Amino acid sequence: MSGAITGTEKAWRVVLYVVAIGGFFFLVAPILAIVPLSFNDGQFLTYPLRGVSLRWYEDFFFSGTWMSSIRNSLIIGVVAATIATFLGTLAATGLWLADFPGKRFISAFLLAPMIVPMVIYAVGLYFYFAPFDLTATFTGLILAHAVLGTPFVVITVTATLSGFDRTLIRAGLSLGASPIRVARSVVFPLIAPGVIFGGLFAFSVSLEEVITVLFIGGPNQRTLPREMFSGIRENISPTIAAAATIMIVLAVLLLLSAEFLRRRSSRLQAKG
Amino acid sequence: MAEKMLVGPRQTRSLKRDLARAERKRKRNAFLLVLPLIVFVVIFFVAPIAGMLERSVVDTDLMETWPKTAEAVRAYDWEKGAVPDETVFSALAQDLSRSYEDRTAAAVARRLNYDISGGRSLVMGTARKIARLDQPPTSWRDTLIEIEPDWGRAETWAAVRRAAGPLTDFFLLQTIDHQRDIDGSIVPVPTERAVYLQIYTRTFAIALTVTLLCLMIGFPIAYLLAGLRENTANLLMILVLLPFWTPLLVRTAAWVVVLQEHGLVNQMLQFLHLTDGPIRLVYNRSGVIISMTHVLLPFMILPLYAVMRTVPPSYMRAARSLGAPPFTAFRRVYIPQVMPGIAAGSILVFIIALGYYITPALVGGAADQMISYYIAFYTTDTVNWGLAAALGTGLFAATLILYTIYSRLVGGVRGVM
Repeated sequence: MSGAITGTEKAWRVVLYVVAIGGFFFLVAPILAIVPLSFNDGQFLTYPLRGVSLRWYEDFFFSGTWMSSIRNSLIIGVVAATIATFLGTLAATGLWLADFPGKRFISAFLLAPMIVPMVIYAVGLYFYFAPFDLTATFTGLILAHAVLGTPFVVITVTATLSGFDRTLIRAGLSLGASPIRVARSVVFPLIAPGVIFGGLFAFSVSLEEVITVLFIGGPNQRTLPREMFSGIRENISPTIAAAATIMIVLAVLLLLSAEFLRRRSSRLQAKG
Repeated sequence: MAEKMLVGPRQTRSLKRDLARAERKRKRNAFLLVLPLIVFVVIFFVAPIAGMLERSVVDTDLMETWPKTAEAVRAYDWEKGAVPDETVFSALAQDLSRSYEDRTAAAVARRLNYDISGGRSLVMGTARKIARLDQPPTSWRDTLIEIEPDWGRAETWAAVRRAAGPLTDFFLLQTIDHQRDIDGSIVPVPTERAVYLQIYTRTFAIALTVTLLCLMIGFPIAYLLAGLRENTANLLMILVLLPFWTPLLVRTAAWVVVLQEHGLVNQMLQFLHLTDGPIRLVYNRSGVIISMTHVLLPFMILPLYAVMRTVPPSYMRAARSLGAPPFTAFRRVYIPQVMPGIAAGSILVFIIALGYYITPALVGGAADQMISYYIAFYTTDTVNWGLAAALGTGLFAATLILYTIYSRLVGGVRGVM
């Protein structure tokens, strides 16, 4: 191969590598650039730093609004992700078990919450929830975020199931176990990493969602991204950088556990 | 099972029936597992969206507040004249004074104001003045026209007829810069009011630019990753997944900080003597394009990479050994094989970009806002729900068409990511 490489091809290769490496830099650099600024002693979000200080973290952790926004984000995210994981796992299993009429349409339909512009959904909820007094409630936001999380659970659990060996189910049934017992003791342990991965995905969707919070969240449901939205819009301060850094750490933790689970579930698939 | 091996035709038939029944039961049970999510999505996703989109054609403000007028306007034979007779005017007078007393006139005033300038003051002013009349006049027609000469104009009554409900095409026409004239035929609006097609064009232009940039940066990245050993590729993939998992607000904040007047990018440009002073990179179009490209790039890389991994390198080698120049081999052998990935990634990025709201709202200027911004604006700021819904309908239709193409392309759940 290497003998056939011409000058132009080499030049193209160099261009390709330069763009790709530039692309990696473009993806990661701005996210990493904000981290040191949160430790800056100065008032402004600019380099060079004027000494290292934790004052903005102090600001963050001793502020009632930021703390309650973290609490709200966690409440909404955990409950919404749990609902999404439960419904999404059931649905993915059903889609995998048998071919029934309209299955293609149904799976496309179930992924729609991922695609429909969020403003349309949020404005729709704003009108829809009002007569039921669900605007400005946790219940309303949890329901909305649960809907938004379900496609991600359906996708990840479907991917996990696609590597699942169906003979294990037949083996379980032929040995006299009830279908529920088979689901609990054979299927679920094997797909659990995929299910948890889907749940983490749904949680992170809720954790970053801000548009439905803007439309149907009240002053008591201000989440972390909602506070950041006001902060960026009104006065971008180093406290925002501290909040961003905390969210980046959270994202890294989610990413690492998701990657761990994904590899675990693909290893199981290889065995099955 | 052994004794069932010897079966006659009758048993075969019943066995077939049993099998078919078992199969049906299996399908039904599988469907019952999907059903809860379908119901959940219908109640909490489809219904709210349908309710929102419905507002683009349902127009009942006037009908509900002024039932008599709406009925009289519908019953009147408009062939007789563009300004109606006493029956319509007296219905209007009754509705006006009643709605003024129970303070509902504002809804109609607002609705008419969407259509004709001065509609609000026309309604509220007339209502106030007839409340002061000592006794009902002999001719409401003459009195109302005397109080507010606009009631004698054909344009006013054309607007009332358009608002009489229950259905209207007023808002949808408005979003494509058209309206109905006095005769009811569809004509373009005057140029100073023609703003919405421009917003649509701007939205599509931003989404297209972002998609092309994502493809230009995403293609080399995916290509590079696909050529590496799996462990190395997985490691580098973290650089793609980190922004993917980082919340949108964090990435947007990061770009505001990096692109601002004294931010890193400007410092670097000045350090390299590429510019003398700071250049404006944020709160304008370049800020929107840069940060949206950053946010959407993983959505391009992931499907591209998934397809590129499946392309065997032997095809390219075969093309080369058969004498194809490198670029020809790349264009005619490699590109067609990764085309599904290019198409899937591009449509996905384009669809998501079309509906963007937060990023342009935070890093864009007034001239960089996309459709979603105006939907939000007309919903909460000016309370013109019909127009918000009509703009939403356009955006929704575009999304739905592209999504249909997309799901045909990738085929159901499995191929999405």
